[in-house]
Amino acid sequence: MTWLTSFPQLKSAWLRELQRVIDDGFRSFTRSHGDMIEGLFSPLQTMLIWFERLLLGTPWLLVLAVVAALAWGASRSLRVVIGSVLTLVLIGLFGMWDDTMKTISMVLAATLLSIAIGLPLGILMARSQRVQRIISPILDIMQTMPSFVYLIPVVMLLGIGRVPGLIAVVIYAIPPMIRLTNLGIRQVDREVLEATDAFGSSAWQKLVKAQLPLALPTIMAGINQTIMMALAMVVIASMIGVQGLGQPVLRAISNQYFTLGLFNGFAIVGIAILFDRISQAWGKRLQKHQEASHD
Amino acid sequence: MTDPATTDPATTDPIGIEIRNLYKIFGANPEAHVAAVRAGMTKAELQARHQHVLGLSDINIQVAPGSIQVIMGLSGSGKSTLIRHINRLIEPTAGEIVIEGRNVVAMPQAELRAFRRHKTAMVFQKFGLLPHRTVLDNAAYGLEVQGIPQAERYRTAMRWIERVGLSGFEKSYPSQLSGGMQQRVGLARALANDAPILLMDEAYSALDPLIRYDMQTVLLDLQQEVRKTIVFITHDLDEALRIGDRIALLRDGSVIQQGTAQDIVLRPADDYVANFVQHVDRGKVLKVGAVMQARHGFDAPEAALPDAALPDAAIAPEASIAEALQQMAASRLQALRVQDPQGHTIGVIPFQAAINAYTGQHGGQHDGQHDGRQA
Repeated sequence: MTWLTSFPQLKSAWLRELQRVIDDGFRSFTRSHGDMIEGLFSPLQTMLIWFERLLLGTPWLLVLAVVAALAWGASRSLRVVIGSVLTLVLIGLFGMWDDTMKTISMVLAATLLSIAIGLPLGILMARSQRVQRIISPILDIMQTMPSFVYLIPVVMLLGIGRVPGLIAVVIYAIPPMIRLTNLGIRQVDREVLEATDAFGSSAWQKLVKAQLPLALPTIMAGINQTIMMALAMVVIASMIGVQGLGQPVLRAISNQYFTLGLFNGFAIVGIAILFDRISQAWGKRLQKHQEASHD
Repeated sequence: MTDPATTDPATTDPIGIEIRNLYKIFGANPEAHVAAVRAGMTKAELQARHQHVLGLSDINIQVAPGSIQVIMGLSGSGKSTLIRHINRLIEPTAGEIVIEGRNVVAMPQAELRAFRRHKTAMVFQKFGLLPHRTVLDNAAYGLEVQGIPQAERYRTAMRWIERVGLSGFEKSYPSQLSGGMQQRVGLARALANDAPILLMDEAYSALDPLIRYDMQTVLLDLQQEVRKTIVFITHDLDEALRIGDRIALLRDGSVIQQGTAQDIVLRPADDYVANFVQHVDRGKVLKVGAVMQARHGFDAPEAALPDAALPDAAIAPEASIAEALQQMAASRLQALRVQDPQGHTIGVIPFQAAINAYTGQHGGQHDGQHDGRQA
């Protein structure tokens, strides 16, 4: 009667054999195709290094000026501009400028990649029920699977460094981009779409002239979410060799440097708020036609 | 005389629409039930036995070039479904829609798109404007889709924006305009397309009565200029009677009566229609021409008339019987001579006939009227 008291499980020999077969299979796949796959991802490596050099090579005054200009362009609000500049100045004063630039370059690259992949996927998903049924559970897995788990195969394939880090960040950060693009397009008023149909719009014209512009506020919310999640992954990605604010945090954990951890943590919070305010303000300004409503 | 469409194919520009044996069944397997519906299965039976909804049943409507065809019915009668078949926003289950010799139902996608771009334009109940675009860009949308360069489409769109009375608002966004103004944008967008067919799906139903009346006037004035073939959907009988050259009454997906406003008010096909028209202001809707006793071209007129002597006072056949009654009351006459624009006497309208028509009483004179209208 042991099957009543303890859950009947497969024989442990079977389980061990199963694990061994899968592991061996993947290992041999890595050995035979690892170089080829690494070669495939080398453009990402180039892009990442280019971004990092750009941000680190630019004089800090110029970086501040560009950030201020972006903040003003997006929000037209002096408060956001001052807040952004002040955050970066404080980060610099506390000696975290270089790490911050590395993190920002990583987050920017991850966000751009997420948009480049997520936008078309979201559009496809909105256009077809079947694609939605396939992609939705995959997104669920991506969002709930602990990131350490998918770091294992990524590291096995690509080793340690920027590219596997970027891939891990993108896997974690892309779901809101896809989901909100899909949602935004599906929420576009049917009556408006019917009107574009009635005037003989092609599928592309309908997408570019009606669906995307009307879904833009939702898509912007997706981009905002993606940026925030990419930042949240910075510390975890530092475990597989991504440079930036995550590294000192990691060091602080293993050596119990409370203050070092706190400073870098606040730096991450600071740039998170900066990114958030700028991207949200921009998203709002994109829909200024909805502000002035008739009464 | 009440139907300029059939008697007056004045210009070659407008094109007609012919809807033939059109069926629309909603459900999982609509094709399977067409035969049963053709054989006479009712909407209720189809619903109860096969869980399919009969949207449209055996619709046959001919819209003459350059005329205004009103399709009228209460909600759920299938009128909005019907108008969406004309530019195939909804696919029919069976039947044909023939425009310029081409069956719209059978058009391949590319041809259908070209057809929608160049032959039809549509105005929607909830306007269907693009909220992120200015009035100007909305009005130019149809032209933009056709690939017309910006300067030219703005010029055309501006002309129509001015024509519908929205000058000065071209840079506004739809949300900044009132409902009536938004529908003017919808109308400008449709007219800028310069398509020969204009489809108006309850275009004025969302507007309040005064603005609605105003927009009807705008449409009738425009129609004098541009002579489109207009299909106009409404649930409002007064609107239908005011603007329709011909009216088709829809109930449960079937046409229960079609004809001119006079036909429908004078001779309702069944109790349902009679019930519908009983609250109409007959004095305004009915025209002298439809009620008068006609004087046949070569017959001895006196024989057909109750009184041998024709009265001196004359009235036009397009005048309403309310006007005729007013004129008779003012000058204390028992009858008026009906005179066409060329000055020929075409009939006579006795006081009693006008009163009977006004109150909806069916007097003996009606036989005479029938002859009159068919002449």
